[in-house]
Amino acid sequence: MIGIIDYGVGNLFSLKSSLRYLGLESKIVSDKAAAENCDRLILPGVGAFGDAMEKLRKTGLDETLVKEAEKGKPILGICLGMQMLFEKSYEYGEHTGLGLVGGEVCPLSADVKGLKIPHMGWNDLHFEKNDPLFKYNREGDFVYFVHSFYAKNCENSVTATTFYGVKVTAAVRKDNVFGTQFHPEKSGETGLKMLRAFAEVK
Amino acid sequence: MLAKRIIPCLDVRNGKVVKGTNFEGVKDVGDPVKYAEFYNKSGADELVFYDITASFEGRKLFTDVLRRTAERVFIPLTVGGGINTLDDFDTVLKCGADKVSVNSGAIKDPSLIAAAAKKYGDQCVVLSMDVKRVDGKFEIFAKGGRERTGLDAVKWAKFGEEHGAGELVVNSIDTDGVKGGFDIEMLDAIIAAVNIPVIASGGAGSMEHFVDLFKKTNADAGLGASVFHFKEIAVADLKRKLKENGIGVRI
Repeated sequence: MIGIIDYGVGNLFSLKSSLRYLGLESKIVSDKAAAENCDRLILPGVGAFGDAMEKLRKTGLDETLVKEAEKGKPILGICLGMQMLFEKSYEYGEHTGLGLVGGEVCPLSADVKGLKIPHMGWNDLHFEKNDPLFKYNREGDFVYFVHSFYAKNCENSVTATTFYGVKVTAAVRKDNVFGTQFHPEKSGETGLKMLRAFAEVK
Repeated sequence: MLAKRIIPCLDVRNGKVVKGTNFEGVKDVGDPVKYAEFYNKSGADELVFYDITASFEGRKLFTDVLRRTAERVFIPLTVGGGINTLDDFDTVLKCGADKVSVNSGAIKDPSLIAAAAKKYGDQCVVLSMDVKRVDGKFEIFAKGGRERTGLDAVKWAKFGEEHGAGELVVNSIDTDGVKGGFDIEMLDAIIAAVNIPVIASGGAGSMEHFVDLFKKTNADAGLGASVFHFKEIAVADLKRKLKENGIGVRI
């Protein structure tokens, strides 16, 4: 059973539908006990980092995520959910994240000049490492991005990058904790393959 | 490299796909969910669902279509038509839309753009505009292109960006339905004025028109309706053609 963390941020419809389409059992979880009962967890998210972290803390699920991650449960953060896995973010101020992956989240606009922000649309992946999440995918597969901030100083955890003026962190992994800056649930067949792979992570 | 996007637009009335020429004489062509699945398989990068229903019953059929599509098609879905309030945003987002496009609703109440961006994020708010030349200037028209507003198109585009629109759909009334090519001159004027993605609409009749669009402007995406629905252009062929011409696309 895959638990989709619900803390009042973002649209869970597509994620839930894509897992159902793959024949995978999932449920929306909004409290500690429900999250603990799932054998893997997905942390989605859109919007602003500070606001989202605050909402997650209010549910107490921030602590649950950290504890479950330490127990070895597979966790996947998507988009803002990936950014929240990091130690901190500089999105409108400075905010503390879950600290499950070393590194920080910084504005693209500081490093990318002459390109439109947000980085929105389909971009191709370059795999930095072999990763179980990509076992059904190929180098150069296109995935769908929408973001204005990106993860930096996390070289040891980066599993895939894409290029948008600079090398952009597209996916990370620290042991059983996975993150994708892009939206696998919006990346057609390519993204569905990753969700299937996540469901198969031991 | 960020790919240029090809976006089929499905005009939906009473749960069926329709497409008119110059916004008049609409005729039925079929089930939107089937279209969506077909386009997804053929490589469309995104889909736009445009609700041209006026009635409550039609609206209900539309959200059913949207929900059934979002359960089977996993590429970004943008929804427009009849979006006037935050409640309208809420309704379509709950049925699986990723982005919501406002047009006349934002002209009537410009504060809607900022309010929606604050609540759902910039990435969710698409400002869609119908533009027509009047006395040598580009002017915004409301209500599906029927009503003059006096708004300058370039200024309106900038206003949208400043107030949180994450993307623009720019439709040329002068070229819409004519299939003589995109309105390069008008699109250029808008694209030069903003730093958010611009989806070009109106006038696509052949694959060369899309090549022209991406060679001559910095548009991020090209939108088409009847050229795709009537299979005058297959999305997969178009993508190959663009690639042959050195334009980066997702294949």
